Amino acid sequence: MTHLPNVMTVPVSQGLRPRCSEATCRVVSNTLVNGEYRLLTLDAPEQILDCQPGQFFQLLCPEPQGEHPFLRRPMSIYGYDKVAGRLEFLYKVTGAGTRGLATLEAGDAFNVLGPLGQGFSMPDDWQHLMLVARGVGLATLAPLARMAQEKGRKMTAICSARRPELAMSVDLFKSFGAEVIVVHDQDGSSTPEALRTLIEDRIETSQVDAFYTCGSSRLLRLLQSLGASHGIPGEIAMEQQMACGLGMCQACVRSFRVGDQIIQRRVCREGPVFPISEAM
Amino acid sequence: MKDLPAFEHGVDLSARIGALTFKNPIMPASGTFSEDLADVFDLDVLGAHVLKTIMHGTRAGNPTPRVCDLQSGMLNAIGIPSKGIEYFRDEMLPFWAGFKAPLVVSISAHSFDEFARLAGEVSLAGVAAIEANISCPNIEADGNAFAMRPDTTHEVVTRLRAETDLPLWAKLTPNTGEPVEVALAAEAAGADALVVANTLLGMSIDIGKRRPRLGNVMGGMSGPAIKPIALRMTYQCAKAVTIPVIGCGGISTRDDVLEFLIAGASAVQIGTATFQSPTVMARLITELRDWMVEHSINSLDEVIGSISAPEIGVIE
Repeated sequence: MTHLPNVMTVPVSQGLRPRCSEATCRVVSNTLVNGEYRLLTLDAPEQILDCQPGQFFQLLCPEPQGEHPFLRRPMSIYGYDKVAGRLEFLYKVTGAGTRGLATLEAGDAFNVLGPLGQGFSMPDDWQHLMLVARGVGLATLAPLARMAQEKGRKMTAICSARRPELAMSVDLFKSFGAEVIVVHDQDGSSTPEALRTLIEDRIETSQVDAFYTCGSSRLLRLLQSLGASHGIPGEIAMEQQMACGLGMCQACVRSFRVGDQIIQRRVCREGPVFPISEAM
Repeated sequence: MKDLPAFEHGVDLSARIGALTFKNPIMPASGTFSEDLADVFDLDVLGAHVLKTIMHGTRAGNPTPRVCDLQSGMLNAIGIPSKGIEYFRDEMLPFWAGFKAPLVVSISAHSFDEFARLAGEVSLAGVAAIEANISCPNIEADGNAFAMRPDTTHEVVTRLRAETDLPLWAKLTPNTGEPVEVALAAEAAGADALVVANTLLGMSIDIGKRRPRLGNVMGGMSGPAIKPIALRMTYQCAKAVTIPVIGCGGISTRDDVLEFLIAGASAVQIGTATFQSPTVMARLITELRDWMVEHSINSLDEVIGSISAPEIGVIE
């Protein structure tokens, strides 16, 4: 695989503090949390733990049997704790990179680059937050929920999944003080129409100040439409194929509607969090 | 290691490319470097800064996905998104003026006229050299890259030479079947140095979707997988020309750097390796210096072109 030393000594000129670092972490645990997801917990150096919810790391994945992931894999932060020196990622095994991640065992060294990108914002007038996400997208919103609790915000989290038992992080969101509503495909409660009714009902009964979501273009379209008709702003964390994760290669662009213009922005640099109203 | 002087531990790491002297032979490859890397380490440790290719006008670039990974490398079809010459002059140049490392500006165009005009336009104070990316398609030659053939190479370099007094580097493509003839044509037309080489044209297919894995269908292959090809071409070109050759292609370790220097490169460019490890260039400088100390080598001149190869055995 790659020829990287265990510890990066990064040359930094005096006065310049790197926004992100390449660092070697130690795997604390890497366990299956339900049938589909794995939780990777790392012992991480302090200099990479000044994170914001919504930011991501570029992971140098080990090579699984017979496969050779070459580029780093971007992954949003599930949890971080500077005091405890902990960094967590929640992932679903879907390709060579995540199959490589699944091979990590306690004690292994693991090279990460980050934290990267612009995280979620939470202006003071966003008091009642509605978090809506599906599947592993919920992982990205977990640190946001923690921040909302710290800031004393009211939260409603709509967790969507194929089956109710696969809904991610329900207990975690509850522990951060969120009201959690699970919707799923089996009873039809996760369709855009059902969600629209559910969310509009919430908007009626208790004022919603902002939406947060992640990934799904179906949820994006729904929240864009609801946001436009009810005047509710919001933010979305987006994905794109990446190479460098720093902004250099310009691989990870997406189109955004700003006023009457369509512009391109790099997901790694200007994002991964963008205004819901501008995302496409 | 905050400023890495050229002389350290009695070792001279400096690299000469024509009239220019760089404090070490490590510089980024165009397209894999930008101001964003300053977030990770002090960019003034580098021998030079080489910017992503700019074109005269604004360009959006290719459809996504623009990259995909391979067993030992990657494919890209970014499509040279460009903010144009005004943005370069008004925004980028002042930013890079804040660094001590010499600035190399990569330019490209789809026609001889446009290319020549751009060479004149970027010949500004603060620019140390121009790297002509002649590996991109020329619409006047059925979309073939200028550097595919000696005649188009000669013509484009002649036109560029007439428009600038700055050191002019020609970046060659490994997709040509006649690399030595192309190298000689660039030299004859007045290039001050050659950058050997660029990405190899490649393709990858997602068998599940039965679709190309790049939005542009085909793209440039880079990374360790292409290193033997770039090294072979560096060796061939360095033997044939008298101007300096800068090696580029799949270099990611100290030993890779040394292979290119021994093959005849006067300096090297690091590209895809930075995507895997953004600190790699800084590390290579230290490792190269340590290797020289360890082997009692005082100057890169003792390494460059030091290959002892039999004259026979060339496979045509």
